[in-house]
Amino acid sequence: MTAQVSTIADTRSESSPRSAPRVLLYAVLILFAIYYLLPLFIMVVNSVKPLSEIQGGNMLSLPAQWTLEPWQKAWNEAQIGVQATGLQPYFLNSILMVVPAVAISTILGALNGYVLTKYRFPGHKIVFGLMLFACFIPFQIVLIPTARILGTLGIAGTIYGLILVHVVYGLGFTTLYFRNYYEAFPTELVRAAQVDGASFFKIFYRILLPSSGPIIVVTVIWQFTNVWNDFLFGASFSGPNAMPITVALNNLVNSSTGVKEYNVHFAGALLAALPTLIVYIVAGRFFVRGLMSGAVKG
Amino acid sequence: MSVAAITSHTTSTEPPRTRRGFEDWLPRLVLAPSFAALLVFVYGFILFTIYLSTTSSTLLPVFDFIGFGAYSRLFAIPNWTVALKNLAIFGSLYIILCSVMGLFLAILIDQKIRAEGLLRPIFLYPMALSFIVTGTAWKWFLDPGIGLEQTMHALGWTSFTFNWIKDSQMAIYTIVIAAVWQSSGFIMAMFLAGLRGIDSEIMKAAQIDGASTVQTYRRIVIPQLRPAFLSAFVVLAHLAIKSFDLIIAMTNGGPGRATEMPSTFMYSYTFTRNQMNIGAASAVIMLMMISSIIVPYLYTELRGEKK
Repeated sequence: MTAQVSTIADTRSESSPRSAPRVLLYAVLILFAIYYLLPLFIMVVNSVKPLSEIQGGNMLSLPAQWTLEPWQKAWNEAQIGVQATGLQPYFLNSILMVVPAVAISTILGALNGYVLTKYRFPGHKIVFGLMLFACFIPFQIVLIPTARILGTLGIAGTIYGLILVHVVYGLGFTTLYFRNYYEAFPTELVRAAQVDGASFFKIFYRILLPSSGPIIVVTVIWQFTNVWNDFLFGASFSGPNAMPITVALNNLVNSSTGVKEYNVHFAGALLAALPTLIVYIVAGRFFVRGLMSGAVKG
Repeated sequence: MSVAAITSHTTSTEPPRTRRGFEDWLPRLVLAPSFAALLVFVYGFILFTIYLSTTSSTLLPVFDFIGFGAYSRLFAIPNWTVALKNLAIFGSLYIILCSVMGLFLAILIDQKIRAEGLLRPIFLYPMALSFIVTGTAWKWFLDPGIGLEQTMHALGWTSFTFNWIKDSQMAIYTIVIAAVWQSSGFIMAMFLAGLRGIDSEIMKAAQIDGASTVQTYRRIVIPQLRPAFLSAFVVLAHLAIKSFDLIIAMTNGGPGRATEMPSTFMYSYTFTRNQMNIGAASAVIMLMMISSIIVPYLYTELRGEKK
C-alpha cells in the first residue's frame, strides 16, 4: 500500500528513482514494443534470406546468407496474374492514382471547409452532417452503382476511374478536417477583408491559406495513407492494367502457383509499405493528429 | 457577424450590383460540385443499392421489382449466418481487446516515462500500413508450415503446435490477433489524449487522501475517460463491420468459408457468384449496422457543437 502510494508520487515528480515497480513498468513497455515490432522484423529479416532458409524453419533468425535477390524479384520479375513484371508497374499505378486523388480532394476539402465556416447559409449544418456521414458508410453499399457509373463514363478499369472514386469518397474527411480547423480561425479577419472589397478567392488565398500549413499536412498525409492503402476500390474497379500495388501484392501472395516464394512475398509487402511507412517516420505527428480528429471529433 | 449585415453594408457603397450578387452566390457555387457529387455518389447510390436488393438482378442489374424476397433468401444462406456469427465473435473480441490493451498501454505511457517519444510511434505505426501488407506478414508467421510453429520446433520445443489459421474452428481468432495488433496502438493514443486532459490536481488530492494507484485509476481516472471509451467503441465497431482487406489477405474467407464476414460475403456474392440482389441486400444490412452506431454518435456530436 505505502509502496504504491510512493510510486505515484515518484511518477508525478520529475526525478524517477529506480524502484522495483518502475523497472517492471519499463519491462512491460519494452515487451509491448517487441510485440508491435515483431511482424515488421519478420518481414525485413525474411526478405533478405534465400528461400531455403525460410523453408528450413526459424523465421525469427537472422539470415545465414544475406541476399537482395527477393527484393529484385519482387520489384521486376515476380509473376503477378499472367505477367511476370514484378510489382514495379503497379507501384507506378499507385503513384499515378495517389498524387492527383490527394491533390484534388485536399483542394476541394479546403474550399468546402472555408465556405462551411465563413459563409454560413441556411442548412449548412445539414450539408456538413451529410458529408460527415459519408465518411463512415461501408463502401460495399456503393460498389455496384459505382462500377456501373464508371462504365457509363468510359473510365472503368482505368486509373482515372480510381482517382474519381478516391476523390469523391475522400471529400467527407478532407472537408471535415478543414472545417474543424477554420472553425477556430477568426471570422473578423474575413469580414474585414470583405469590407475592404477583397473577393472570395482572394480572401481564401491571401488570408486563410497562409495559416493552413498544419491542416494541409494532416489532410495530405491522411489521404495519401488511405488512398495508397486502399484495397476494396482497387480490387473492384481497376482491371488488369490499372491495378494499384495493394491488389497486385495480394495477387502475388495469394494466387502464386507452384513454389511459394515467401521471401519475395515479404519483400513485396515491404515495397508496398515503404511509402506510407516513410511518411509516418517523417511526419508521424501529423498522421496521428489526423487519426485523432477523424475519430474524436465526429 | 451575420452575412446579411455585411453585404447590405457593402452594397450601399461602391461595387456594382451584379458583381455583388455573383459574389454572394460564389461560396455556394464552390461548395455545389462537392455536395452534388456526394448526393449522387453516396446517397443516390445507397438508394440505388436498396432498390437493386428488391429486383431479380443476378449478373447484371435488372430493373424490375420483386419485393423483399432477397432478404429472406439472404438470411437462409448458411454462409451469411456464418458471416454474422464471425462478425459477432470478431467484433466483440476486437473491441474488448483493443480497449483493454489501449487503456493499459496509455496508463503505462502516462507514468512520466522516459523515451515516450520513442515508444508511442512504435505502438502506433501499424495504423500507417495497409492491411494487405500486415495480413501477408501474419499469414506466413501463423502458417504452421513455416511460421511460429516451425520456429518453435527449430528452437527445440518440438511438441509446440499452433495451426489455428488452418483450422476452420479457430481461424477467425487469428484475424482477431492481427486486427488487435494493428489497431490497439491507435486506441492507446485516444486514451492517452483523454488521460492528458484530466486535471492532475485531482489525482494528487486522491493520493494525499491515501488512495492507492489502482484505486485512483479505478475510481477517479477511468470514470473520467467515458468520452474516450465512447469514441473508441464507435471507431472500433465501425472498423469491425467494414474489415475486409485483412480477411482477404490472411485467409481469403477460408478455410472453406470459415472466416466469411459480411464484407467478404457481399463481395463474393456480387462479383463472383453473380447474385447481385443478394449482394445488394447484404450491403444494405451492413449499412444498417453501421448507421445504428454512427448516426446517434454524429447526432450528439453535432448538437453538442452548437453550444
